[in-house]
Amino acid sequence: MTDLTPPHLRSFEASVLTGDATPEDLETLRKRSSVYVYESPVRLWHWVNALAITVLAVTGYLIGKPLPSMQISEATHQFVMGYIRFAHFAAGMILTVGFFGRIYWAFMGNSHARQMFILPITNRRWWYEVFYELRWYMFLVPEPKKYVGHNPLAHAAMFFFMTLGITFMMLTGWALYAEGAGQGSLPDTFMGWLLGLIGNSQILHMLHRFGMWSMVIFVLIHVYAAIREDIMSRQSTVSTMLSGHRTFKDDRPD
Amino acid sequence: MTQIETFYEVMRRQGITRRSFMKYCSLTASALGLGPAFVPKIAHAMETKPRTPVIWVNGLECTCCSESFIRGAHPLAKDVVLSMISLDYSHTLMASAGHAAEAALEDTIQKYKGNYILAVEGNPPLNEDGMFCIVGGKPFVKQLRHVAKDAKAIISWGACASYGCVQAAAPNPTRATPVHKVITDKPIIKVPGCPPIAEVMTGVITYMLTFDRLPELDRQGRPAMFYGQRIHDKCYRRPHFDAGQFVEAWDDDNARKGYCLYKMGCKGPTTYNACSTIRWNEGTSFPIQSGHGCIGCSEDGFWDQGGFYDRVTNLKAFGVEANADKVGMTAAGVVGGSIAVHAAVSALKRAQKKQEKAEG
Ligand code: HEM
Ligand code: HEM
Repeated sequence: MTDLTPPHLRSFEASVLTGDATPEDLETLRKRSSVYVYESPVRLWHWVNALAITVLAVTGYLIGKPLPSMQISEATHQFVMGYIRFAHFAAGMILTVGFFGRIYWAFMGNSHARQMFILPITNRRWWYEVFYELRWYMFLVPEPKKYVGHNPLAHAAMFFFMTLGITFMMLTGWALYAEGAGQGSLPDTFMGWLLGLIGNSQILHMLHRFGMWSMVIFVLIHVYAAIREDIMSRQSTVSTMLSGHRTFKDDRPD
Repeated sequence: MTQIETFYEVMRRQGITRRSFMKYCSLTASALGLGPAFVPKIAHAMETKPRTPVIWVNGLECTCCSESFIRGAHPLAKDVVLSMISLDYSHTLMASAGHAAEAALEDTIQKYKGNYILAVEGNPPLNEDGMFCIVGGKPFVKQLRHVAKDAKAIISWGACASYGCVQAAAPNPTRATPVHKVITDKPIIKVPGCPPIAEVMTGVITYMLTFDRLPELDRQGRPAMFYGQRIHDKCYRRPHFDAGQFVEAWDDDNARKGYCLYKMGCKGPTTYNACSTIRWNEGTSFPIQSGHGCIGCSEDGFWDQGGFYDRVTNLKAFGVEANADKVGMTAAGVVGGSIAVHAAVSALKRAQKKQEKAEG
């Protein structure tokens, strides 16, 4: 039997012999390369954090605008609002612990683990790339560039909405929590100062609520962009957050 | 200078019996959250200490603080405290008037220099050199500075003195300014509320007179024993909040059942005061008990926090007033819509590209 496979593709013997690969497939296979970008703690944090924020936004919305009154049983035996608030606080604590863990990993992990925390605003090339990516989203350039970590636009969004946004939500959230925990409690010792600074906690509530909407807007854009990039860009995204590997779809430079 | 009387002597002179005096001591101890062991201590302090005079001045205000004060739930406490206060100068309560009153004020300042407590009801407006509030022919801010100079400590009565209240609400045309922003070199204790609860007022004064120091204050300078918790924390309707049972409209069945007023804009969850424990008018009731939400009168800038009947209120940021939900939902809607359009265009472009490729 003669081997029809070109010599440089002989290494994919299994695919060829089981018949699940066409010559075109094999050609692409050769060109594809992948980089290990997101280590497991980053990926774990991403999904835990995403889940926590989803729970926080839903329960938080319902804290300010509660569900219609329910008459399941006597007030003593009914705890609807109580459970909603409990879920919020529990998710808030997971978010907090997770974020500190993520900061720890920024120090311990690879360079991509640090990307979210620093914006290279003095780097002119970075600014150029931000606008380039923006042009890609505005359909003004036919093709995006390749990036190993976050693309510059995503990078900026993650810095403002997540790094700063989560910090803001944690600060305001814990200051609100300190109100219920009471003066002299641990949350109060750490975050009560914010309450003193702002004065009327109604303002704090509304700031926290504004924060929720900024999170919601980020998530809408983020999930859309992640899926869109996965399909339309020259690199993988969603699977990158699952496996950690960034695969590139072509071997052309930039 | 004549020997200054002790508190006890003043009280006896006012016709208060020893028995009433002891009752007052135990009442005060419990009102301040002190154990029974403190009763003899309070009594002893009262018997041996020279009384501390209190000068009470009034700026831009409505006199609701005075009105509240003289309606203390425990007449005993009120009488005793009133007898302790030098009423030589108090617009509402003093006997003299005109020049005689102003002279009496000067007398008290001279006699007790550095020893008296200054109680301020209302606040000074600063615009137009303070001409929006004239006392004895001079701007109130002048009188305030003058009296404060030799005071040992200052009590800011009510929302006016503590935060500014309605006269300081946006746009604050007279630039009404809370006391602590005018007098910065004296210990100031804030007793906010519109008005503050009578028992809170008498309790604070008694504490300061007996122990010769300010009670423990919270971050905003309010006595922690009365302003340490929110209305919400001790509200008798709290179980309905936790259950998720709310008044949905003023005339609905839930209102009759006494459900939680959260959805009707009750500010109990953001208001630090003792209304839900001490209550008003001899412990008769308080707003929530009578079916109306708390309006947050003891909080900073409560006039400017949007509607009294809204739970999610407007926020003034960067000079614009905005409601988190309206702004947020609109923005999310716009973003969501844009994403849909963007996705459609993306799909189209992609199809186009594929076709071009196919056509070679
Ligand atoms: C992404 C993060 C978060 C989001 C989107 C979020 C959202 C919200 C929203 C919308 C509210 C209702 C505000 C109102 O209308 O009064 C709320 C309330 C609250 N949140 Fe968060 N939150 C977040 C994080 C946190 C964290 C980390 C904590 C800390 C444990 C926290 C603690 C609280 C507390 C104590 C309240 C007030 C509950 C009450 O008044 O009964 N939140 N949150
Ligand atoms: C509440 C929901 C979510 C939040 C708050 C969130 C937040 C984040 C953050 C902060 C990062 C940066 C990670 C880092 O640098 O450590 C990230 C990356 C990423 N997220 Fe999410 N995420 C959410 C949901 C999702 C979903 C549903 C998907 C998948 C469809 C997704 C896909 C991705 C991908 C692919 C990346 C890597 C971006 C890149 O390739 O450069 N995320 N996300």
